[in-house]
Amino acid sequence: MNFFKAFAVTVCVAACCLLYFSVSADAADEKVLMMATTTSTDSTGLLQYLAPKFKEVSGFELKWTAVGTGKALEYGKNCDVDVVLVHAPKAEKEYIEKGYGLNRREIMYNDFVLIGPAADTAGVKGKNVADALKAVSQQKAVFVSRGDDSGTHKKEIEIWKAVGLAVPDKESWYVQTGQGMIPTIAVAAERNGYTLTDRATYIKYESDAGGNPPLKILVEGDPTLLNQYSVIAVNPKNCPKVKYEAAMKFSDWIASAEVQQLISAEVQQLIKDFKILGKQLFTPNAK
Amino acid sequence: MEYLLDGFLKAIQLLIYGDEETFSAVIATLELSAYAMAASLSIGIPLGFLLGYFDFRGKKQVRLVVDTLLAIPTVFIGLVVYSFLSYRGPLGHWGLLFTIPGVAIGQTLLALPIVIALTAMAVETMDSQLRVTLMSLGADRRQLFISTLREVRYGILTAAMTAFGRVLTEVGISMMVGGNIKWHTRTITSAIALETNKGMFAMGMALGFVLITIAFLVNISVSFFRKR
Repeated sequence: MNFFKAFAVTVCVAACCLLYFSVSADAADEKVLMMATTTSTDSTGLLQYLAPKFKEVSGFELKWTAVGTGKALEYGKNCDVDVVLVHAPKAEKEYIEKGYGLNRREIMYNDFVLIGPAADTAGVKGKNVADALKAVSQQKAVFVSRGDDSGTHKKEIEIWKAVGLAVPDKESWYVQTGQGMIPTIAVAAERNGYTLTDRATYIKYESDAGGNPPLKILVEGDPTLLNQYSVIAVNPKNCPKVKYEAAMKFSDWIASAEVQQLISAEVQQLIKDFKILGKQLFTPNAK
Repeated sequence: MEYLLDGFLKAIQLLIYGDEETFSAVIATLELSAYAMAASLSIGIPLGFLLGYFDFRGKKQVRLVVDTLLAIPTVFIGLVVYSFLSYRGPLGHWGLLFTIPGVAIGQTLLALPIVIALTAMAVETMDSQLRVTLMSLGADRRQLFISTLREVRYGILTAAMTAFGRVLTEVGISMMVGGNIKWHTRTITSAIALETNKGMFAMGMALGFVLITIAFLVNISVSFFRKR
């Protein structure tokens, strides 16, 4: 029966651990601000840079789960997080109207760029976005889409519509990965195709590829390509248990309120200082 | 190919120099699989034993259901557990979403059918010969029961190891219920998914090797049980 004794002991020890950890986890859980955000703020390292500084100021530990904008908003709607940091202005406004969120505050932007093979087979370089996408669809050049309802994907669909083209959902040259931005860029690189990406992620990709990636920026600077990031507090009317005050503290902190102008100026500086390869990833624009 | 070599070297580096982030993920992974295994074994072994040992009406149908649950996708379990643990869900007030115990519930659901099915199978396959022999030697029902229990212990161990393998390597539940939160619910597998998303393929490989090392160490300690 030795075998069973040893087994029973193992199970008991594990059960005790469970009890211990669940008790200690409850105690430590109080000063936590839970955020749902988009992949780009996490994978570029921005939040990792800001979180300890926010803790110094507020005492709140910032915990974040990095998912697409669609999922982040869904988490907020279900009261699973206190605050969201996302980039899909149209969806955000709808979200506020439906009463799921409060105090949408624009805090920073970067822009989208159309990237493609250096050889530029569809000849889009230097064109505006509308002409570039027309050229891609006429030439049936491979175009890789996120296809995951993220902020970037929403933007891409918006652009197809804005230039008067149907989203080429079923065309063989239109590839939908359903994955994050970096894997999507990797697919575009393998297939020699074009894709839409936010500049921050592109700069990260460029630096990972040693500064000379196979895909280059071909279209940029078009006003339709602006990528606005906003903070939204989850509405306490919809979610009574949400830490609304802490969420607003974060919102005030990262943007700028008159009361906290000093701290905010610092944060705006922090965001500006955050660079990869000496290039600026995000531009603060809180009003 | 270079990712493989880079990853391997990096894994050794992470383990030897005690990289803080990696160790936090290792601890989360071990903690999770300990809970999930403790829960699924203590529920699953008795149920599996009953299912294999006794004949009752509808036994075949129960087996069919359990065997079907072996094929349940982890992302689906993740979604189901999320919808229960979300604040809007029926168990929302427990506050278990984005916590280790929350993920452990999902992983327990993942491991349970494996433990039940394999335990039942171990009992069924050894039953016929032994039963006849023991009864002809004059064993009463209690003795018969205990001998069966003793005889299937390695079958149960196999069930436990198979379930452990599935729990250790799953990523769907950790991602959906745990949220991949750094220092808290980031496991090795969700860290691999994250590094891959970031384009850090070598780092992803390194974490993969770390996970294999853990599985290796656990299997070594289990073979110590076997020798007894």
